[in-house]
Amino acid sequence: MQPLVGISNMLLLPFMVHAFVAGGVIALASGLVGYFLVLRNQVFTGDALSHVAFTGALGALALGIDLRYGLYLGCVGVALLMGFVGRRAVVDDVVIGNVFSFVLGIGVFFLAIYATQSQASTNATAGVNVLFGSMFGLSFSQTMLDIVIGLVVIAAVMALGRPLLFSSIDPAVAEARGLPVRALGMCFLLLVGVTAGEATQAVGALLLLGLLATPAGAAQLLTSRPWLALFLSAAIALVSVWSGLVLSYAFPNLPVSFSILALVTVIYCVSWGVALFVTPRHRRPEF
Amino acid sequence: MIGLIDVLGPHHVPSGLSTNIISDISQLLTYHFMVNAFAAGTIVAIGASVIGWFMVLRRQTFAGHTLAVIGFPGAAGAALLGASITLGYFATCVAGAIVIGLIPRSPSGRPRGSESALIGTLQAFALACGVLFVSLYRGFLDQLTSLLFGGFLGITNTQVVTLALVCLVAVCALAIIGRPLFFASIDPDVALARGVPVRTLSLIFMILVGLAVAEASQITGSLLVFALLVMPGAAAQRLTNSARYSLMISLASAIAMTWCALGAAYYSIYPVGFYLTTFGFALYLLALAIEWMNNTRSSRSRARLRGSGMRA
Repeated sequence: MQPLVGISNMLLLPFMVHAFVAGGVIALASGLVGYFLVLRNQVFTGDALSHVAFTGALGALALGIDLRYGLYLGCVGVALLMGFVGRRAVVDDVVIGNVFSFVLGIGVFFLAIYATQSQASTNATAGVNVLFGSMFGLSFSQTMLDIVIGLVVIAAVMALGRPLLFSSIDPAVAEARGLPVRALGMCFLLLVGVTAGEATQAVGALLLLGLLATPAGAAQLLTSRPWLALFLSAAIALVSVWSGLVLSYAFPNLPVSFSILALVTVIYCVSWGVALFVTPRHRRPEF
Repeated sequence: MIGLIDVLGPHHVPSGLSTNIISDISQLLTYHFMVNAFAAGTIVAIGASVIGWFMVLRRQTFAGHTLAVIGFPGAAGAALLGASITLGYFATCVAGAIVIGLIPRSPSGRPRGSESALIGTLQAFALACGVLFVSLYRGFLDQLTSLLFGGFLGITNTQVVTLALVCLVAVCALAIIGRPLFFASIDPDVALARGVPVRTLSLIFMILVGLAVAEASQITGSLLVFALLVMPGAAAQRLTNSARYSLMISLASAIAMTWCALGAAYYSIYPVGFYLTTFGFALYLLALAIEWMNNTRSSRSRARLRGSGMRA
């Protein structure tokens, strides 16, 4: 089989084009936002969002409305909530774990409601799609919406990039220099919520962290220069999503979210190797 | 999702709740699969609540969550290979427990950004592998939801026996190491100075956690293990400072929770995982409320004492 013919055949399929375009934008947004998430030590917020994304989306389905309302509303709401709570108190591990499990439990409840409602009419795979993404199922209008939202997130990150970087690396000095550190933090969490909602459609609620935190973690292992790491993170996310799509197209047995996650994990492992053996000792990032 | 109707056939749909509790319970237990579900649930509740109580004490609940996530691809992979799912859970959870137990615990509590990125990557990758195995296995929908969110239908006799044996071994091992483990958990430095083998104990305990997680996963599913593992212990430790009493409360509440959840799931269309997390969370909130009331009352009485002392 000739690779060029295969690729051109692939791009003749509308759902593949949708997946490539929307997936690319989502990947760039996740890579950029994820870098700041790791830099600011807020990976945990991403973990919280992956639980809320599941319950929010299924809650919307159980109510009979478009799942994206619940998805975005839940993610943005909880991201902002964590911004308000996060500073005041260091919350106990046990409390967090209990709340998360309860949220997931409610999600399962919504899933059961939706499954019983939809037995006759629509298909019941929605729950699985929320959990593990549905890249190949995007319609034209969904793709357009994803692109618009994704581009807004990317533009916002680029616009906020400089002050956000400053306030993430050294919040005290940034505050002394007159930067609105708290407002920046809230804006950032808003972006995280929106990105989580988008990424849920690509890789699913459960695998959100893989697209948000892993490219950023890999980029941080490869370089300690912040701007370079930021773009590297976006590039790693993009490469993983696109090659994941190709991989799942070539091997239909592989679920898309698995291919994406497998590639991003491989890149992460390679980055460890590079950081350990290739990078000169004095420039190695701290482990 | 497999419904009760699929198991029982259309002519044996449960007749619904009546006002007579005894007859409701006896109706529950006429079905062999319900008897098995109650037996398995009780066994799992015993092991999970006792080991989970120590997990809460040692602040290792997060490790429990990680192990549960690792168990998911293990179970799915076992199903794919045609091996028993129970075996898959035990093998991967115990292997993961040994790896985690060998990694030295970071002295500062909160992990750094890069470290949490690593943990997040591991978890996401494990879940992705589980999805792959389940989708290769083809029973996509039913298998997936029951592996992730639990179920109580179709528990076999051999599964009950396996659960009972593993639970017996784990609880006996915990009884043997319980006293030094408690000491090492409360004050590791003094315990080390007194010659308690703290590292060996924590490795053994981590293996026990792996066993408990593997057992609990088979009832609650991989994503909801906290319901049986952590919620009872966390609630009990809020209620009393006495180790013996809180351990007993944890055990009793876990068993009660499981029975109520199984009964509720039998008489309704909603899954058992939902009931377990809801009852567990309600229990936890109740414990928080009682603790809060006790605190305000004791601080008020302390204030009153102080006031009377000043007057005298």
